[in-house]
Amino acid sequence: MTRSFAGAMAAPLALCALAAPATAQSIDDRVNEIFASSTGWFVNFIFAPLPGTSFPWIVLWLVVAATVFTIYFGLIQLRGFGHSIALVRGDYSDPKDAGEVSHFQALATALSGTVGLGNIAGVAVAVGIGGPGATFWMILAGLLGMASKFTECTLGVKYRNEYPDGTVSGGPMYYMRKGFAERGLPGGRILAVFFAVFCILGALGGGNMFQANQAHAQIANVVGDYPGWITGIVLAGVVFAVIVGGLKSIARVTEKVVPFMGILYVATALVILGMNADKIGWAFGQILAGAFTGLGVAGGMIGALIQGFRRAAFSNEAGVGSAAIAHSAVRTKEPVTEGFVSLLEPFIDTVVICTMTALVIIITGQLVADPATGLYVLNEAGTAIATVDGNTGVALTSAAFSSAFGWFRYILVIAVILFAFSTMISWSYYGLKAWTYLFGEGKATELVFKVIFCVFVVIGAAASLGPVIDFSDAAIFAMAVVNIFALYLLMPIVRRELDSYLARLKSGEIRKFR
Amino acid sequence: MTGKILVGFDGSDSAARAVDYALGHATAEGAGLVIAHVLEWSPYSFLTPEELAERHKRRNEELARAESALLAPLLERLSGTGVPVETELKYGHIAETLCGIATDHGASQIVIGRTGHSLLAARLFGSVAGTLAQAAPIPVTIVP
Repeated sequence: MTRSFAGAMAAPLALCALAAPATAQSIDDRVNEIFASSTGWFVNFIFAPLPGTSFPWIVLWLVVAATVFTIYFGLIQLRGFGHSIALVRGDYSDPKDAGEVSHFQALATALSGTVGLGNIAGVAVAVGIGGPGATFWMILAGLLGMASKFTECTLGVKYRNEYPDGTVSGGPMYYMRKGFAERGLPGGRILAVFFAVFCILGALGGGNMFQANQAHAQIANVVGDYPGWITGIVLAGVVFAVIVGGLKSIARVTEKVVPFMGILYVATALVILGMNADKIGWAFGQILAGAFTGLGVAGGMIGALIQGFRRAAFSNEAGVGSAAIAHSAVRTKEPVTEGFVSLLEPFIDTVVICTMTALVIIITGQLVADPATGLYVLNEAGTAIATVDGNTGVALTSAAFSSAFGWFRYILVIAVILFAFSTMISWSYYGLKAWTYLFGEGKATELVFKVIFCVFVVIGAAASLGPVIDFSDAAIFAMAVVNIFALYLLMPIVRRELDSYLARLKSGEIRKFR
Repeated sequence: MTGKILVGFDGSDSAARAVDYALGHATAEGAGLVIAHVLEWSPYSFLTPEELAERHKRRNEELARAESALLAPLLERLSGTGVPVETELKYGHIAETLCGIATDHGASQIVIGRTGHSLLAARLFGSVAGTLAQAAPIPVTIVP
């Protein structure tokens, strides 16, 4: 069934590929060249190392913020974990509000925007360059990131705009403007404009081009190489049908299949781990040893740490501000409840799913190690660890999973396409909200953004992984620069909300409905 | 006897027959009617970000439509009968929500119309009538 489905999908694509091989290759090359040269300066700025080191300042910025929020809110990710689950289960939901957006729905939608290629391809990049040790730093970043998510999503709900017709718009743009004004701080409007600009770039980069790029890589990996712009045009057509044509049925099917794919992915990973149960202890040993020594990877321990933190941030988007847009639609009288719910997101995304991917790659022996020294062997360029078949990115994950189950590569193709697609739909909305914040609401302005979004799907599929992944990261991290700055200034407001909520929870004023 | 009879109403022909049946009993027994319309809803379904943002608006529209297209014409039809009529408009799992409404109003029985799904569909998706018959705390009458 799966095999024939993948085959049916692949056949027309393969035919197109045979039709025009020579010109196609040059189109891809040209797209790549123009793209790399026009975005290089931006990437260099965002990933500039701290003076005298090779440590990018942006990574430090994210980790320090997550640590500050963790301390400031007294380990809210541990204290609030049980309450978060009770909220998602609807224990505190008023039955009178049935038919409104529930906590579960807001969480599921935000998750389908974040769970995706970051968990499959991003982790492979992290482990491929940073070694098993990157996993340790990734998990740590995920745990700390829960506090960042808590902060931004509480603010997202508190300062959203509710329009007379009942629709809502929320996100960092709104809490920057209104929150700063409330605290009497200057510059909220300017910050909001900066955030909106970076959010549009992030939507086109990590939320779009990276997804299209990896979806293409995955299809090409199964059906054989063919020009990326073909995948791009097909994907862009479907995205266009949904976001411009309003074809809700496609979006709805995706939203139903994506959670199922996520569960299937984790279940398969668990089965593979179960089959290799004797190696799990060894794998954790590699993760711990690698975290503090690097085990021979480029950059040593720091190299592992940078990769782990960077890919975790890209995967769970904690501190980036995107989740605040998705979570702000929930119906609740207490903004802080949405903060509680959202802190589950980095946990599910990074601590559970990303760790699964990393463990499967390590345990199935994809990374080449020198048996004499136990250190990992670098590839010819010296930039990443050599892999058994020379795979990188999503192909590495695919190789790891299909070394246990040959058929899984086909499942993964479908999963990657669906994950990529649902992430694109989510980010098209985040980007749109930023766009309308800048240029005003209205059908015409919205259409302009949606068409630009579709064009970037094609560019993303045609460009090669390196420049795309750099630009995607840079754009998303640029959002975090502005957002975290605002979070620092607004965190006392969140603290007040939290203290008041916890006091009322304790006194019994806020009680369970079931 | 002055009790209340709860009628599950979805605007279908069989629901209209259920109302007539309940009306006959209410008139004879001097009971009141509670007309309930439940909009199928699960808090665990999946929505796109755009649907999330518009949910509150859509909900208001759905409630207004149910009120004007289903309940208002029915109330008008029942106004001349002299039987006291109350209405309930709620979201939720249909059978569960009907049971809840029955308890809230202290109804003595529930009357619903048969949806007439094929056996296969009922097997796969369950039927409101079937679930209600199993779960209701009070007698249920299913009108064909």
